[in-house]
Amino acid sequence: MKLTRREFAKANALAVAAATAGMTAPAGASNLITNAELTRIAWNKAPCRFCGVGCSVMVGTYDGRIVATHGDNQAEVNRGLNCVKGYFLSKILYGEDRLRQPLLRKRNGVYDKDGDFEPVSWDEALDLMADKFKAAIREHGPESVAMLGSGQWTIWEGYAASKLFKAGLRSNNIDPNARHCMASAVFAFMRAFGSDEPMGVYDDIEHANAFVLWGSNMAEMHPVLWTRVTDRRLSRPDTRVAVLSTYEHRSFDLADIPMVMHPNADVVILNYIANHIIQSGRVDRDFVDSHTNFVRAVDDIGYGLRDEDPRQQAAANADDPNRWTEMSFDEFAEHVADFTLERAARESGVTESRLEQLAELYADPDVKVMSFWTMGVNQHTRGVWVNNLIYNLHLLTGKISEPGNSPFSLTGQPSACGTAREVGTFAHRLPADRVVTNPEHRRFAEEVWKLPEGTIPERVGFHAVEQSRRLRDGDIKVYWTQVCNNMQAGPNTQQETLPGWRNPEAFVIVSDIYPTVSAQSADLILPAAGWVEKEGAFGNSERRTQFFHQLVEAPGEARSDLWQLVEFSKRIRVDEVWPEALLERAPEYRDKTLFELLYANGQVDRFPLADMEEGYVNREAEDFGFYIQKGLFEEYARFGRGKGKDLDDFDVYHRVRGKRWPVVNGEETLWRYREGFDPYVQPGTGVQFYAKPDDRALIFAVPDEPAPERPDDDYPFWLCTGRVLEHWHTGSMTRRVPELHRAVPEALLYLHPEDAREQGIRRGSEVRVVSRRGEVRLRAETRGRVRPPRGLVYVPFFDANRLINNLVLDATDPISKQTDFKKCAVRLELVSLA
Amino acid sequence: MKWLAIASAMVALAMLGMGVADEGRDASAPDGLRPGGTVGQSLPAPPMAGQSRESGREVLNYPEQPPVIPHNIRDYQVDLRSNRCLTCHSRENAVDAGAPMVSITHFMDRDKQVLAAVSPDRYFCTQCHVPQTDASPIVGNTFRTVDEVLTEALEREGGGQ
Repeated sequence: MKLTRREFAKANALAVAAATAGMTAPAGASNLITNAELTRIAWNKAPCRFCGVGCSVMVGTYDGRIVATHGDNQAEVNRGLNCVKGYFLSKILYGEDRLRQPLLRKRNGVYDKDGDFEPVSWDEALDLMADKFKAAIREHGPESVAMLGSGQWTIWEGYAASKLFKAGLRSNNIDPNARHCMASAVFAFMRAFGSDEPMGVYDDIEHANAFVLWGSNMAEMHPVLWTRVTDRRLSRPDTRVAVLSTYEHRSFDLADIPMVMHPNADVVILNYIANHIIQSGRVDRDFVDSHTNFVRAVDDIGYGLRDEDPRQQAAANADDPNRWTEMSFDEFAEHVADFTLERAARESGVTESRLEQLAELYADPDVKVMSFWTMGVNQHTRGVWVNNLIYNLHLLTGKISEPGNSPFSLTGQPSACGTAREVGTFAHRLPADRVVTNPEHRRFAEEVWKLPEGTIPERVGFHAVEQSRRLRDGDIKVYWTQVCNNMQAGPNTQQETLPGWRNPEAFVIVSDIYPTVSAQSADLILPAAGWVEKEGAFGNSERRTQFFHQLVEAPGEARSDLWQLVEFSKRIRVDEVWPEALLERAPEYRDKTLFELLYANGQVDRFPLADMEEGYVNREAEDFGFYIQKGLFEEYARFGRGKGKDLDDFDVYHRVRGKRWPVVNGEETLWRYREGFDPYVQPGTGVQFYAKPDDRALIFAVPDEPAPERPDDDYPFWLCTGRVLEHWHTGSMTRRVPELHRAVPEALLYLHPEDAREQGIRRGSEVRVVSRRGEVRLRAETRGRVRPPRGLVYVPFFDANRLINNLVLDATDPISKQTDFKKCAVRLELVSLA
Repeated sequence: MKWLAIASAMVALAMLGMGVADEGRDASAPDGLRPGGTVGQSLPAPPMAGQSRESGREVLNYPEQPPVIPHNIRDYQVDLRSNRCLTCHSRENAVDAGAPMVSITHFMDRDKQVLAAVSPDRYFCTQCHVPQTDASPIVGNTFRTVDEVLTEALEREGGGQ
């Protein structure tokens, strides 16, 4: 309805007159809601539900509903700002098709893989799940069950799930979707520094005078951090911003040194910069001699494909790629000497002058340089190497662990750091950088968890991509996913993921808040509580742990992932899933349920409901009878205290806008490994990479190796996939927000206008994009926000109706097992011209 | 084994680039953003949504919501050199242009000090303000504004004021 100003005034006057005369005014006619009423809106802090930046938002609730959200002025991360997704958080839980009750495929009243979904009770759903898990473990062993979780799990959800699998069910087949997103960063941190996560913090932005984006479109994917970079660049004109990518995107709008490179050319460029630093005599020899070692990584490591793939079989070191041998500085210098400026320019397509400007940002001792990277580096068949190559530059020049000099690995998800990495929900990990392959680490975990020696299996479990393959092969019989949408987000959907999930051998359970394509492909759907429908905690990219209270109730019978995990655990007895030999070592556990073993263990259940902050509901605590979130957190925190991963007391986090670990004596740590900032550094050392046995970080020599699939005559284009600002990952939340959906309603095929012309395609044409693995139909966009060079096309993955991962090759970095979503070969076929 | 045979045949089909639609694999499912029972299919792409609705300014859902952009911004330059949006929405130009001036919050720096010009951290407008196409919602949203929720609650508590 549109009114002129005059009509509006007239309508209002009528309403006021009606009210004065004692007539009933129509609802909403009163034009002033008094302050007293407004103060009944409760305002609470919560970290944003979306990316790894970890902005804090204020959530306004009234009458059991979220009525508003806005940026939190008290939060240091974002100081009152949000991006467009953050400003619309208020709507993400209110999609009309929220899942409200468990749904099971049935035929004739019983579960049937080929049946139709019917509503069932929680008891029926969880009892059936327990039966399926027990039968699989009994008949096929604990390796026949698996779980895919998330960097969007709250900290205690991830911890409860990891404990359930690794200790309760005795299967390490649990992995987070963060495998697709952060695994390469994790492995490189462990290789170079022996401890995961960045040494620096966001405060580096306000100290740096150069920023380099290596395969990161921060303007769209980490928008609020980008506002801080923009602020620095525009208010300090001597600041330089270099942006390197395989296509032009919005971050180029701020670039002083814009660079579009050929896919896979980053290894060459980074080795060239190391060479430039050495050749121009700008190595910080004191730093290098005191704090680093040089090593040569094994080469020819394959592509993480299935074993029978010829590319895998041809690789000499595919079986054991995470190895290296010592070398000297001179040998390292000799290695990078092959990577000349001329070669880097030729192989990358970037001009020599720009490459030299870029190299000088690192080489010039007067420039404080901050490197940022995300999926362009991590989702890369040489992702671990590229992470390490970036650290090389900072280590060679000593530009690390001090304000403004900061190699900064950005995270994609709100708790990829807090949950997936710190809790260690990866198939090889235990909390606080421990691994299942180390007997001492297993023993430590078993002691904290009060379990007999030998409970936690030694073998590394199936990672995310391997899970899809094992489902297809029939090795995984029961599969549970929470807080992720792998049918849309995982690679090679039609050849691996979908046939795996629909394999008659498999029983697949999906917990979600909406009917995603994963839920649609499952056998049992469990309705989940989302975001502030539960008490939670996330850890962001700068090591900041942030808590939130439950602020509203979940709809219908929807329950949090934590509730689901714990209720499930009540239905399995220890002697139903443990072997006799282990039971003999702990006969007192024989008749206990996994709930009693793992959660009502005298530790997790030691905080009474009275400990909860007054005025907040807490569905899980009330149902279980103890403050379970606090119990899980405090048990978990024991893993990191004294190990450089110290967390503060539980209650503190509900009061503050997060704290950056290690938190020692209540004080957070900004710059790790640097004396004066990090309490773990011994006085007098200056810098100490204390997580390494000899306190030295590693500088890696790696060669250049080709991508597993490259454009050819049949498939002449590179395909790169990714995100857009307005949508979060697979769009399951943001595409149900009207304003965000109208802003970007569908995924488009972004391509160069000349390529379009040659293929007979116009803007708006319908195009079939085909790879060796599948196809998708998309509309062509030649003038959009993404501007690819000739020979490359870009498609975002948020659109459930255009499953771009049908096309993506399931090649991974062989070390990190993280999928390369950024390069495979496709061809374009015109469907209709438009 | 039969399943395996089918799967292998499908893989072969996919490798030939012939599409992968398969009835057997598409188990029924509730509709979501994608119609239920279609995950194995390649759906046609509907025409691109119109890029400008020109429908006038929209009422905000709550005070701090960034207004959506009610006009086309195709080819607007917003980069190191120039900000086209401010040619109409700046303090100096807004009245003459008949455009709303950028919010006072945009003149505050990180410490909430008001500056003489738009704060550099607010420079890239489209991080918060997005244009709207004419696309219809795929599924509805039951969010209600504070006014709606308050009014309902007040009525419930005693028929309003």
